[in-house]
Amino acid sequence: MELFAEIIVSFILVVGGSFCLLGSFGLIKLDDTMRRLHAPTKASTLGVGGVLIASMIYFAAFADRISFHELLITAFIFITAPITANFVAKAHMHRDVKERDLPPTTGKYGWAGYDEIGDGPQPIDTK
Amino acid sequence: MIKRILLRVFPHPQLTAFLLLIWLLLVNNVTVGNVILGLIIGVAIPGITQPFWPNQPRIARPFKAVSYILLVIWDICVANVTVARIILFKSNANTHSHWIVVPLDLRSPEAITILAGTITMTPGTVTAMLAADASHLLVHCLDTDDPDAVRDEIKHRYERRLKEIFE
Amino acid sequence: MIQYALYYAVACLSVGMLLNLWRIRFAPGVVDRILALDTLVVNAIALLNVYGILLDTAVYFEVSLLIAMFGFVSTVAYCRFILRGNIIE
Repeated sequence: MELFAEIIVSFILVVGGSFCLLGSFGLIKLDDTMRRLHAPTKASTLGVGGVLIASMIYFAAFADRISFHELLITAFIFITAPITANFVAKAHMHRDVKERDLPPTTGKYGWAGYDEIGDGPQPIDTK
Repeated sequence: MIKRILLRVFPHPQLTAFLLLIWLLLVNNVTVGNVILGLIIGVAIPGITQPFWPNQPRIARPFKAVSYILLVIWDICVANVTVARIILFKSNANTHSHWIVVPLDLRSPEAITILAGTITMTPGTVTAMLAADASHLLVHCLDTDDPDAVRDEIKHRYERRLKEIFE
Repeated sequence: MIQYALYYAVACLSVGMLLNLWRIRFAPGVVDRILALDTLVVNAIALLNVYGILLDTAVYFEVSLLIAMFGFVSTVAYCRFILRGNIIE
C-alpha cells in the first residue's frame, strides 16, 4: 500500500513537472502570440493540477492529514485559466489584429471587440 | 408570504450552499461553529451583492452536468498530450493555425460562458471573442488541416450536451 | 523514490520559471509579457506546493492560494489596462 501510493505520487509529480516545463518552453518556441496563448493555458493547467493532486495524495497517505486546500486551489486555477486566456486574447486582438484579418460572422453584427449593438434591445436579457 | 421571505433571505440558494462548502474547505475542519460561520457568510454575501446578479441561472438536468464535467476532465488530459506533441515535435512552419467561427445555438449567458471555458481548456483551441449579438464564437485552433471538422466537433461534443443541461 | 520525483519536479519548475523570466525580458510585445507573467505565477504556485511536500509542512497552501488570487487579479488588471486605458471606470 505504501509502495503503491509512493509510485502514484512520484508518477503524478514527474508528469506535472514535465508539463509545467513544456508550457514554459512552448511560450518561447511558438512564433505567434495567438499560438503562444495555447502553451501555458493547457500545459500549465494540467501541470499545476497534477502537482496539487500529488500533494493531496501524499499528505493523505504519509502524514495522515487529509486536506482539501489543494482541491480548492486546483478548482480556482481551472476556473480562472480560461478567463485569463480570453482576456489576453482580447488584449492582443485590440492591439495587433485588425478586423479584416478575422473571418466574418455570418450574422447581423461583427465581433464584440470591433462592433457594437448600441442602446437597442440586447440579445441576452440580463433584467 | 413565506416564499417571499425565503427568497429575501436566500436570493441564490445554490450560491449560499457553494459559499458554505468553500468556507468548510478553506478552514478544513467541520465543526458546528464553522458551519454556522459559513452559513452567515453564505447569507451575507449574496444579500450584499444581490444587485450584481439579478436573474437566477436555471439548470434543467444537474446529473448530466456531472457526466459533462468528467468528459471535460478527460478531454483536458487528452488536450495536454496533443498540445505537448505539437510543441515538441512539430516545427513552426509545419503547424497550420486557423480561425474558426462557431455559430451558437445556446442563448443563456451561463451556458455560453461554460462553452467558451470548455473550448479554451480542450484540444488545441482557445476562445478569442464573441460576436456583438452573442450569436457566434471566434475560436483559434493551434493545429488543424480541417477547420470545419473542429467546428462540428465543438458543436456536437460540447454544445449539444450543454443544451441538454441548460434547456 | 518520492525524493527523486520531487527533485525532478523542482528542477523542471525552476527551469520553466527561468524560461518565463527570459520571455518577460525579451518579449516581442506587451501581451506576451502579460502571458509570461501569468505563466510565471502558475509555475510559482506549483513550485510552492512541491516545496511544501519536500519540507513536509502545510504552511505553503495558504501562500499558494493567495498567490493564485493575486496572479489572476493582476493579469486581468493588466489586460484591462491595455483594453480600456484604465482599470476601474
